[in-house]
Amino acid sequence: MATVESPGGALSSGAFRIAVAALAVFVIAASAIVFVLFRQSEVALQTEVLASLTSDGAAIERAFDTGGNAAVRQVLSARAAGDSNRLYLIISPSGEKVAGNIDDVPSEITNKPSGGVFTYRRSGTDTSSARQAVALVVTLSDGARVLVGRDIEAEQAMLVRLRLLALIGMGVLAAAGLIGGYVLSRAVIGRLESVNRTARSIMAGDLSRRVPVSGQGDEIDAVALNLNLMLDRIAQLMNGLREVSDNIAHDLKTPLNRLRNRAEAALRDNGNAETYRAGLEHTIEEADELIKTFNALLLIARLEAGALEGNVEQVDLDQLVGDVAELYEPVAEEAGLTLSFSGTGGVLIEVNRHLVGQAVANLIDNAIKYGRASPSASETGSVRRSATHVAVGVRRVGSGAEVSVADDGAGIGAEDRARVLKRFVRLEQSRSRPGTGLGLSLVAAVARLHGGTVRLEDNDPGLRVVLSLPAQSAQAG
Amino acid sequence: MRVLVIEDDKETAGFLLKSLKESGHNAELAGDGESGLAMAREGGFDILIVDRMLPLMDGLSIVKQLRAEGDRTPVLILSALGEVDDRVKGLRAGGDDYLTKPYAYTELLARIEALARRHAPEEQTTRYVVGDLVLDRLSHRVMRAGETITLQPREYRLLEYLMRHAGQVVTRTMLLENVWDYHFDPQTNVIDVHVSRLRGKIDKGFETPLLHTVRGAGYMIRDGDG
Repeated sequence: MATVESPGGALSSGAFRIAVAALAVFVIAASAIVFVLFRQSEVALQTEVLASLTSDGAAIERAFDTGGNAAVRQVLSARAAGDSNRLYLIISPSGEKVAGNIDDVPSEITNKPSGGVFTYRRSGTDTSSARQAVALVVTLSDGARVLVGRDIEAEQAMLVRLRLLALIGMGVLAAAGLIGGYVLSRAVIGRLESVNRTARSIMAGDLSRRVPVSGQGDEIDAVALNLNLMLDRIAQLMNGLREVSDNIAHDLKTPLNRLRNRAEAALRDNGNAETYRAGLEHTIEEADELIKTFNALLLIARLEAGALEGNVEQVDLDQLVGDVAELYEPVAEEAGLTLSFSGTGGVLIEVNRHLVGQAVANLIDNAIKYGRASPSASETGSVRRSATHVAVGVRRVGSGAEVSVADDGAGIGAEDRARVLKRFVRLEQSRSRPGTGLGLSLVAAVARLHGGTVRLEDNDPGLRVVLSLPAQSAQAG
Repeated sequence: MRVLVIEDDKETAGFLLKSLKESGHNAELAGDGESGLAMAREGGFDILIVDRMLPLMDGLSIVKQLRAEGDRTPVLILSALGEVDDRVKGLRAGGDDYLTKPYAYTELLARIEALARRHAPEEQTTRYVVGDLVLDRLSHRVMRAGETITLQPREYRLLEYLMRHAGQVVTRTMLLENVWDYHFDPQTNVIDVHVSRLRGKIDKGFETPLLHTVRGAGYMIRDGDG
């Protein structure tokens, strides 16, 4: 038998591939956000510094207008005092550096009246590294120029460090995601693999195996539960099949053997044409009985295997059952019974007319056949109550309906009631009567197919069989 | 009648041909679907007996093809598939009747004779008369020797069917199918009881019985010797 092995390990599993793809999307999106965020903070920082420098520049212009160069210098040195990040430079109208902590106006902002960013090397302690600063140049009314600036290297470095940290964090997150995805897919694969293992051992012939259910109530459990239900149904069908073939072997071989014996005996008799004729007629009768049994078996098997195949129609159950009762009424009368029918006045349900008709016919036929006192009962001396009346009824129950066939005969003991619904089961009392032993199991199969049930009840005295059908035949499953 | 049997099983076909000839019919055989269709197309048959599963072309296709060509020769389909839906498929394809294997030859014979008769341009009769028994289809009245006989509706339909096929054997299954419209095995011989009730009403007290039991086959209504 063909089995499909699970492909590869966790890394090639579908779950892991999905995890990786989701992670990649996440990392790309997060990187874009970080980039934009840091770019924005840089711009915000520069804008803020420039704004404070602009107000500084305005203050210097005011100081020059009120107190001249001396006042400017005083403002500048007060501003720079104790803060090496404050940069300034005063250049005379003739272009020489008058004072300041940088040497000249950097080329980046020479022609920018609103200021800007530049790099410079700080004079003094460590001259090696280039630093970033923001500055603007104010031209005083005498032609001298004053540069006010601020070193933003510290803030910039901070931003760079933060960016680095964000990137590292993202890397860690991605790695964790990958590991998580791997572990998760390992877990999923492990559980799916146990489903596969079960399936393989079932295919190898062990139908009793079931898919383990973790009890977490998740989707995989739902799949496992459904698979198990399906397996139960298959096992049930298989058992049914086995039972049927056992029964066929027994209950069809017996009449076949009888048929053969009869033909043999007729041949052996070397009698006249009359005995041959009688023998042959008996043979045909036996063959007809066999055919009946066979047809009933096939029908039950087909009903139990499946669907109604769309052969349902809206039926007035009262009329359907009433017609069958009418068909059997003379038979009952001939058997010394009365048969009555009581309907409800129109119950429309969706059923297969022929199958339900057959089921009701079987029930009435049984009541007439087996409600009567058994001929063997008088021989054994046991007193068996004989039925005098068969009551057929249709009753509306909820949206569905119940068909009941009740007799007032001996009934069936509670312990035998479930048993008689099975194929070929015939109670000892009825062995001597004609019949296939399939009547009630056919009724049960018809009920099941329509999503209904059959139950046997004590009619006190007698037996009542109730066939309950839903309004719409939910396809049994 | 001229009967065409389209059947691939040699044993079955041989049996059918022999039996049909013994019953006084002129039977011919086609061993597969294609030659069967060809022979049916030549025409001249009163009835076709078509097996459902045939080599080269299946039975239902033959019937569909013939019907599509306007051929209305009555067809009896034989099949091992006997469920209600199989029967429905068979009749939908254009078959006039459907018989499940294994069957009794008497059943088959009764059915093809009924089919051929039904096809004869007789219909629209408003009165059936057998001997001194008269059934008036318009007033739904039944009279024997001038006396009105009261029948239950079902008994009336039973008699109507028997009289429509007067002089022909009508089997129990045919009655169950045509009078009750049931396609299932009623376990007991319920039909016998109904027929004997009907017989009690139409034959009791009269010198010549009209409703006869045909041993091993069914029933026939006829006047005296035929």
